[in-house]
Amino acid sequence: MSEAAAHDDHHDVQSTGLMRWLTTTNHKDIGTLYLLFSLTMFFIGGSMAMVIRLELFQPGLQFVDPQFYNSMTTMHALIMIFGAVMPAWTGFANWMIPMMIGAPDMALPRLNNWSFWILPFAFLMLLSTLFMPGGAPAGGWTMYPPLVLQTGDAFPYLIFAIHFMGASSIAGAINIIATVFNMRAPGMTLMKLPLFVWTWIITAFLLIASIPVLAGAVTMLLTDKFFGTAFFSAAGGGDPVMFQHIFWFFGHPEVYILILPAFGIVSAIIPTFARKPLFGYSSMVYATGAIAFLSFIVWAHHMFTVGMPLAGELFFMYTTVLIAVPTGVKIFNWVATMWRGSMTFETPMLFALAFVVLFTIGGFSGLMLGVTPVDFQYHDTYFVVAHFHYVLVTGAVFALMAGAYFWLPKWTGHMYNETLGKWHFWLSTISVNVLFFPQHFLGLAGMPRRIPDYAVQFSDFNMVSSIGGFVYGASQILFVVVVVKCVRGGEKATDEVWEGAQGLEWTLPSPPPFHSFTEAPDPSSITGGNR
Amino acid sequence: MSNAELKRANRKTAIKLVLATTTMFFFGYALIPLYDVFCEVTGLNGKTGRLSSQEVSQMSPDESRLVDVEFVASVGADLPWEFYPLVAKISVVPGAETQVDFMVVNNAQYAVTGNAVPSVAPNEAAKYFSKTECFCFTKQSLKAGESRKMPVRFVVDPDIPRGVSLLTLGYTFFEALDTAGLHPTEHTYIN
Repeated sequence: MSEAAAHDDHHDVQSTGLMRWLTTTNHKDIGTLYLLFSLTMFFIGGSMAMVIRLELFQPGLQFVDPQFYNSMTTMHALIMIFGAVMPAWTGFANWMIPMMIGAPDMALPRLNNWSFWILPFAFLMLLSTLFMPGGAPAGGWTMYPPLVLQTGDAFPYLIFAIHFMGASSIAGAINIIATVFNMRAPGMTLMKLPLFVWTWIITAFLLIASIPVLAGAVTMLLTDKFFGTAFFSAAGGGDPVMFQHIFWFFGHPEVYILILPAFGIVSAIIPTFARKPLFGYSSMVYATGAIAFLSFIVWAHHMFTVGMPLAGELFFMYTTVLIAVPTGVKIFNWVATMWRGSMTFETPMLFALAFVVLFTIGGFSGLMLGVTPVDFQYHDTYFVVAHFHYVLVTGAVFALMAGAYFWLPKWTGHMYNETLGKWHFWLSTISVNVLFFPQHFLGLAGMPRRIPDYAVQFSDFNMVSSIGGFVYGASQILFVVVVVKCVRGGEKATDEVWEGAQGLEWTLPSPPPFHSFTEAPDPSSITGGNR
Repeated sequence: MSNAELKRANRKTAIKLVLATTTMFFFGYALIPLYDVFCEVTGLNGKTGRLSSQEVSQMSPDESRLVDVEFVASVGADLPWEFYPLVAKISVVPGAETQVDFMVVNNAQYAVTGNAVPSVAPNEAAKYFSKTECFCFTKQSLKAGESRKMPVRFVVDPDIPRGVSLLTLGYTFFEALDTAGLHPTEHTYIN
């Protein structure tokens, strides 16, 4: 189908300039908006991380007061989770899912526009709290009462910002499920879906099941503070620990919301650059489903130290450690895919390989934390910080980078600068380990998290970690340079882009037409995720 | 699928998913009573039971052993009350009803209403500890300077595991939420 036909036979009138972006219902435009928004938030949240590492460069209080430091850790987490990683995945989904399943667009285009455009308002509200009396929220992103109820004027803004972010991601999830369920091209059966689509479908169900529970929990905080309810106040017969249970009932599925699409992207990239079909496609699908199910019955491993009966601690320990089984299946499959493959090491593959190695390190420290008796030592130390940054930075963020390099030529029609991409990769990978690896040692030695000062014996590792942090932060500017250069020009990308690329998105021109498949693709071209 | 059919299918999927979202929102709220029921059945979180005197009279006391019960009383922040048990510790026969008294004094120059929140340690023993009468069942209002002796009647279940020989019953008085903040913010104490 020609590009011209796609434009002609559609009813959309494209506005120009700002109105195009405000009113767009096109999945590619909205995908771009999501990705640019996410990149902006990545740098805002990242600059907060720089403030944290600057303060921790030396013991003692140097640059910021403790209240502001605590608001930096709180805001850094909220912005990175809800502003950077989650919208980035929705952006990838918007761009790629219709092209991967042979659909013209998303199922609910207007909802799609709306679900993006509430995000900037949510984050404007959240960021505005930095300038309010009492400062930005500083009680930690987990918002445990009673501490969070001491937040100043920022408190209702925090709650409503979270409501907005939740509404946005639920709307996105509804759209993605409707698209995949109703708009697959003929011949695109469920077990032929690319794994990115599979992992996103499961993520979408996790979102729908867990985000409303978070919305309920923060609404209870709001009514406790302003309307005299006592859900979490012992004075009125409530229980502050109850909040932790409800929060983590959301919180644990949330960590899989952040990582499952990463599994999907890595499962697309490794076969491409190993020039072999993905090993164990169906086991990948079932493993993802198993992880999603288990994520709902492990929440109390975040709160082993609140005083649980032995039976509870054992249950949550066993189920937690059980997650290593389906995750191990995935790691095994990726390694087996590479086994005797004809591998080349372009930037997306480098990021995907680093993902496999470094995410596994994060998985192992997670196993250590999952064992109840040792968790009593590690709880609330830098070991936890090291663990979740390995799974979220070298896990989720590295997969985002891998995906961005992988599909940038498809999106822009130009190849990115491979030399700069490799510089970005190596600088990031070395510095991120300098940044987070020493934090394991700090945590094991007893350095608590969320405190702006530390005992002097922790000085050296903190200084090393901070240097890694500054280099990692600065290296990300290279990524912006690569993206800008790639959008503005460069070597023309072919339709297939990568030699070993498989899947419907590579049958479209680079860049693809405004509407992806206005006619369903030839069913014989659908070879499926497992080829 | 024709365009109209597709629109219908998308609408149907969206409606189902919105319903699922709404259900999960209320499920979040439902977790509160669910946890409460769970804690009461298992006795976790120090939740104690409540029995009528008739039910207690049907228990057969186990005269062969004694269980020590300690009493702890504390007052939440900002509540200008004194609160203490009149006996620190007694030995009771499991299955026999026992009464002890707590004393509370309002040191403020205005009336205050408080709520007492009970808790039993160790957690595993909480479900074997029941009260037949307690000042914690209702809110307590004290006039300025008033003092009051408040009884608690309780029974330790004869089925309590042999390993447990000491229970601690703790109360914390909090200012009732509906009156908190209504009186002068600077507390003026009589003594």
